[in-house]
Amino acid sequence: MTSTPVIEGWFTTGDAAALIGTRCTTCSTVYFPPAGGFCRNPACDGTEFDSTELSRRGTVWSYTDAQYQPPAPYIAASQDYVPFALAAVELPEGLVVLGQVADGFGVDDLKVGTEVELVVETLHTDDSGERTIWRWKPVA
Amino acid sequence: MSTVIAGVGMHPWGKWGKHFVEYGVVAARAALKDAGIAWQDVDLIVGGETVRNGYGGYVAGATFAQALGWNGARVATSYAACATGAQALDTARARIMAGLSEVALVVGADTTPKGFLAPNAGERWDDPDWLRFRLLGMTNPAYFALYARRRMDLYGATSEDFAAVKVKNAKHGLANPMARYRKEVSAADVLNSAVVCDPLHLLDICATSDGAAAVILCSAEYAAKHGLSDPVKLAAISTVTPTFPNTVIDMPLLSTDAGIPGERTFKQSIGHAAYEEAGIGPEDVDVAEVYDLSTALELDWMEDLALCGAGEAEQLLRAGETTIGGRIPINPSGGLACFGEAVPAQALAQVCELTWQLRGQAEGRQVEGARVGITANQGLFGHGSSVVLTR
Repeated sequence: MTSTPVIEGWFTTGDAAALIGTRCTTCSTVYFPPAGGFCRNPACDGTEFDSTELSRRGTVWSYTDAQYQPPAPYIAASQDYVPFALAAVELPEGLVVLGQVADGFGVDDLKVGTEVELVVETLHTDDSGERTIWRWKPVA
Repeated sequence: MSTVIAGVGMHPWGKWGKHFVEYGVVAARAALKDAGIAWQDVDLIVGGETVRNGYGGYVAGATFAQALGWNGARVATSYAACATGAQALDTARARIMAGLSEVALVVGADTTPKGFLAPNAGERWDDPDWLRFRLLGMTNPAYFALYARRRMDLYGATSEDFAAVKVKNAKHGLANPMARYRKEVSAADVLNSAVVCDPLHLLDICATSDGAAAVILCSAEYAAKHGLSDPVKLAAISTVTPTFPNTVIDMPLLSTDAGIPGERTFKQSIGHAAYEEAGIGPEDVDVAEVYDLSTALELDWMEDLALCGAGEAEQLLRAGETTIGGRIPINPSGGLACFGEAVPAQALAQVCELTWQLRGQAEGRQVEGARVGITANQGLFGHGSSVVLTR
């Protein structure tokens, strides 16, 4: 079965998977999700961006879980719904990025300030095979 | 030039299964009656847009005007997510203060679906409100839960504290004829209700409701000319947007801006701008209506409005200071806990409640001697509002 990111160009896969951000070539502000077009720094009129991999590790800003299946367009991974945890993670670049928490980990494994690392796991399966997503995994 | 509240009115919140226009007309007529002003004399109508009711909802101002009977008034429709009502009021205020209109009807009404608010249908890979569900399963309560958990880990808040907010607001709303839920709730009821998004239980999270609220706003000169004595004054409306970088995660976004946080968070800046415009400070406030989408968010708002310092809201709550009769009663109406959210009406409902409070007409839930009230709310995509009313 093939395995492809559920959204193109937002993260790399493999052993050292990372989020793909963009950096304004004028003011160096970093954006995720990757931004093009116009720099959103009000003091900058930049329109050119370089692609940049974000830090793979960060600290938990806060966390929760989804004990009930979210509504569409969410697609559940299996017929029987399995709750999952969610975390907002502060990266050294100075931004907070949301993500699901890695399989096998829940809110009891997290605290504000917990160090986590980015992993890529299967979100759900569709006609093209497994669709993957970035997730945050507590660093042991 | 200043503006005053000539009249307020609401349609009770609930699940009535009717068309939003019917709710809006009931609220509008109640507000006109309260003001003693005839609809034919109103020269501006501003509607709060509803996005779930087709074209009529997109042009709500005109829809309500036609339903009340075309009277030739100028018309506008505002949309600012949860801050829609305040932005509509701001639009009315601007025309009145510019001398372009004298007396305005501002009205918002909605019917809302059951359960989680979900995005509109269709695949929209460039819409964060769609992507947060598709990629993460991130519902509105999940965002509320992030803020709640942060209070617990940083300030030692407990699930019992959050439950105490619900118990208080349920008690406040008991006597409010406009509230949807008028029933005492115990802490055990909250704590025994299902956990939706840890740490928030079902009863920590507000429902979605049908409802409508309307305000008649006019110039002080018009009020004097028409014998409205000592009306409640509209001292400030803050509808500021965030400043870059906005470093606190906001619904429905997947990330924050990157950078060094500014002096104030977005929510703090909403209240700050309202105080500045009104020329008052948090120490002057007698009563506040804040957006308790979750119980824990009420505690956040108390701090964002500088009614207490960071991490101090639980102490005020535990001491009973935020209950009617306490030092700074919060949500005497019963808040969203007793109403449920009717998006385009909600910020106006806050103004209705404060008007009744400042007039001394909030029967069964009156904050004695209230002279200054403030509202606060926040909506999606950089919207928020804070309104200051004074007597």
